[in-house]
Amino acid sequence: MFYGDFQALKNININIPANEITALIGPSGCGKSTFLKTLNRMNDLIEGCRIEGRVLMDGEDIYGNIDINMLRKRVGMVFQKPNPFPMSIYDNIAYGPRTHGVRNKAKLDDIVERSLTDAAIWEELRDRLNKSALSLSGGQQQRLCIARALTVEPEVLLMDEPTGALDPISTNKIEDLAIDLKKMYTIIMVTHNMQQATRISDNTAFFLLGEIIEYDNTEKLFSTPADGRTGDYITGRFG
Amino acid sequence: MRNKFDTQLDTLNNNLIIMGAMCENAIASAVKALMTYNVPLAQATIEAEKQIDEKEREIESLCLKLLLQQQPVARDLRFISAALKMITDMERIGDQAADIAEIVTFIDLSESKNKVNIAEMTEAIIKMVTESIDAFVNRNLGLAKSVIEYDDVVDGYFTRIKKDLIDFISADKQHGEAVLDILMIAKYLERIGDHATNIAEWVVFAITGTHQT
Repeated sequence: MFYGDFQALKNININIPANEITALIGPSGCGKSTFLKTLNRMNDLIEGCRIEGRVLMDGEDIYGNIDINMLRKRVGMVFQKPNPFPMSIYDNIAYGPRTHGVRNKAKLDDIVERSLTDAAIWEELRDRLNKSALSLSGGQQQRLCIARALTVEPEVLLMDEPTGALDPISTNKIEDLAIDLKKMYTIIMVTHNMQQATRISDNTAFFLLGEIIEYDNTEKLFSTPADGRTGDYITGRFG
Repeated sequence: MRNKFDTQLDTLNNNLIIMGAMCENAIASAVKALMTYNVPLAQATIEAEKQIDEKEREIESLCLKLLLQQQPVARDLRFISAALKMITDMERIGDQAADIAEIVTFIDLSESKNKVNIAEMTEAIIKMVTESIDAFVNRNLGLAKSVIEYDDVVDGYFTRIKKDLIDFISADKQHGEAVLDILMIAKYLERIGDHATNIAEWVVFAITGTHQT
């Protein structure tokens, strides 16, 4: 993956298992967010961006001849800073299904309840669905954004530091939610929080200067890393 | 980058060296009290055991502080958890040295003790304890493994002493009680060797990530 002449990712070859949480760690600028964006072609929007190689999802190359809207429906994304739309909670959630042509009120109600329930925030919000989403706390906004990503029933959920801007309690809720969600979704998460990676992920990939240095079972990687650079990074000897 | 953490790890290392030295002293003075029938020295050894216990508490709370503050991973996590396990074995070594000293306060074994080779066994035991701690402090895998192997030598001493004591008791039935006490002392020494082996096994774990059993 290149930005113009600059090669941002090299020799990436990993297999991401379904229904597990895969954490991407590494120092700033090592390519983990860039890698995450290659998985739903968010980098298409960046000028001068070029990809070599393939990203296979269920055996199909997502850089082949595919419908990009369908890809983004199958691969949802949640960002570091919660980014609710400036509209009501209900409309935030209904937005995706509406753009995919769902008009039936009862069906939309259903989707709103199910998505908010799946994102563990239905009980908190059920009585204020018509309030502005911007009136919610940061942690609630983030769970709302997760709920919004779930409305179109994706298969994969990409999370770019989803708790980076949240307090410890909201962080706990998102972490519990992620563990719960992996039953239904495959989660790939960029995190700068090592403890978070050890707490919730099944596999961890350590990125350095655009390469994956080590990719292993999380417990193994954090207890007996095979590569000296992984050990040095996770123990805080550099980075 | 991680100055405070490295300083805390150095403090942990130094404390383990100190606790190791306390254990070696305890073994040496318990056996010296036995050899010279020096009851005050034996009593001092029993007293010194409390200091080893205190050191264990001190190192334990340092380890817990490190876990809390630094949330260590990889080799840091292995070394700190190994240290936590090692001090339990070191504390037991202190107990057993005190047990030997206690026997000395009850009975004069100065006549019977020369029938067996306690001194040589003690030397071997102290070597094991010293080297197991050295192996930890210097992250020396080879040394840790040699300590584990050396346990067979110590077991050999114990078997030899037991045999000599059987010969002794069949020749001289007067000293039955002394023979039993010496056997217990030898058994305590042999157990100390086992604890040193445990320590060395934790060192192997700290370095390699796998526990040798």
